[in-house]
Amino acid sequence: MKMLINVPETVVADALRGMAAAHPELTVDVENRVIVRRDAPVDGKVALISGGGSGHEPLHGGFVGPGMLSAACPGEVFTSPVPDQMVRAAAAVDSGAGVLFIVKNYTGDVLNFDMAAELAEDEGIQVAKVLVNDDVAVTDSLYTAGRRGTGATLFVEKIAGAAAEEGQPLERVEAIARQVNENARSFGVALSACTTPAKGSPTFDLPPGELELGVGIHGEPGRERRPMMTSREIADFSVHAILEDMSPRNPVLVLVNGMGATPLLELYGFNAEVQRVLAERGVAVARTLVGNYVTSLDMAGASVTLCQVDEELLRLWDAPVKTAGLRWGV
Amino acid sequence: MLDADFFRRWMTATAAFVEREAERLTALDSPIGDADHGSNLLRGFRAVAATLEKEAPDTPGAVLTLAGRTLISTVGGASGPLYGTLLRRTGKALGDAGEVSEEQFAGALRAGVDAVMTLGGAASGDKTMIDTLVPAVDALDAGFGAARTAAEQGALATTPLQARKGRASYLGERSIGHQDPGATSASLLIAALVEAAGE
Repeated sequence: MKMLINVPETVVADALRGMAAAHPELTVDVENRVIVRRDAPVDGKVALISGGGSGHEPLHGGFVGPGMLSAACPGEVFTSPVPDQMVRAAAAVDSGAGVLFIVKNYTGDVLNFDMAAELAEDEGIQVAKVLVNDDVAVTDSLYTAGRRGTGATLFVEKIAGAAAEEGQPLERVEAIARQVNENARSFGVALSACTTPAKGSPTFDLPPGELELGVGIHGEPGRERRPMMTSREIADFSVHAILEDMSPRNPVLVLVNGMGATPLLELYGFNAEVQRVLAERGVAVARTLVGNYVTSLDMAGASVTLCQVDEELLRLWDAPVKTAGLRWGV
Repeated sequence: MLDADFFRRWMTATAAFVEREAERLTALDSPIGDADHGSNLLRGFRAVAATLEKEAPDTPGAVLTLAGRTLISTVGGASGPLYGTLLRRTGKALGDAGEVSEEQFAGALRAGVDAVMTLGGAASGDKTMIDTLVPAVDALDAGFGAARTAAEQGALATTPLQARKGRASYLGERSIGHQDPGATSASLLIAALVEAAGE
């Protein structure tokens, strides 16, 4: 499998060096794997920190900047970052107003962020944590690791980020982040598996003519495999899966998210179908975002995230943001 | 009696086994995971071997707590905290004695396994490293060879199980029929005890 890399061992470090060169508004510590907004710590403001395995770019490093994250901690590809990274990040961004960890619900992420929170608190930093677990494909029961954190992570980071940027206190920022997570649901499909640099071949075998329904973002197979469907059919299936789990009373933010290898041409066409289904189901749409935001290396496919918003959450969504991956109002 | 040297040999033997089996671990982690188990553990245990060489701790407890901390700082994922806690907790239970008996080691490793079960929330039958470690610790009284056999059988026995923890659990029934990568790497750790005691 051809990849635009040197060797697998240096993929993450190489990417961080490239990010540093492209984005002077970021402080990138390549050796210690922490990306920080250059103006941190920002006096009196709660600092948002997130992180996770590399391979989901722009998540999370591409969302560091005013209006969103204060710092991001990239792990090895598809591997949770280690506590040392988050502790270092917290020390770099805490202004005394405290830090909010935004943690995607994966065993590794939870364990490492929990350890980091304890260590940071030992150093006198106030740490709150919010879990993102929006994926409806995994039944949330006693018998699994719980629902995965996927597309809704973008909504949590942006909306809570706006609250932090306007000086809201830690308890409020945490509550808002939690509310966004509870209001959001996602469902993803894969048309192809992805290839990690270390493995060098697709993470699972998806035959031509078939697709995976209910995939996550780490190259693992989904819940079921079916014969290939049209964009219309996939939109019907995905939105149905979400609405089975959540009946929006409010308008929704819509994220039509590419997994990395699906062209924008296809994503926009898919969005047309998603909007059609929502209209048919009487769900009002407040705002829509289409593009590659929470990716899975070179997986072909897409996910849909719906997030119910009230006036306040919508105001925070619309608030200015200035990051490599999301920029408006500036 | 087991001294610091024995425990250093245990860690370097584990590193050697992980190196040899890294591709296989990654292959096991593909159908029911995200294909990074082999490379993550390889990075971690290489770092452990290097750190132990450099710091040369002189008690069994110190060797294992340093190894555990090193894994936590280098592996990432769920494996880092879980294996790191296993070794740290075992090391703590060995105190600062210059050498320990096999009986003491068995008791300490049991404490380590209990700590992993508490941290990760897994029980026997969930298709995890616990399905290797619990039988191995139970068999330790009969010697390292018995523990190794029990560990290998434990890992094999994960194949028909449906995963209830970790990334494999997202797959539901599709996790059945695949040997668990974490259980497999745990059997390498246990097998390394024989290697360390061997010659």
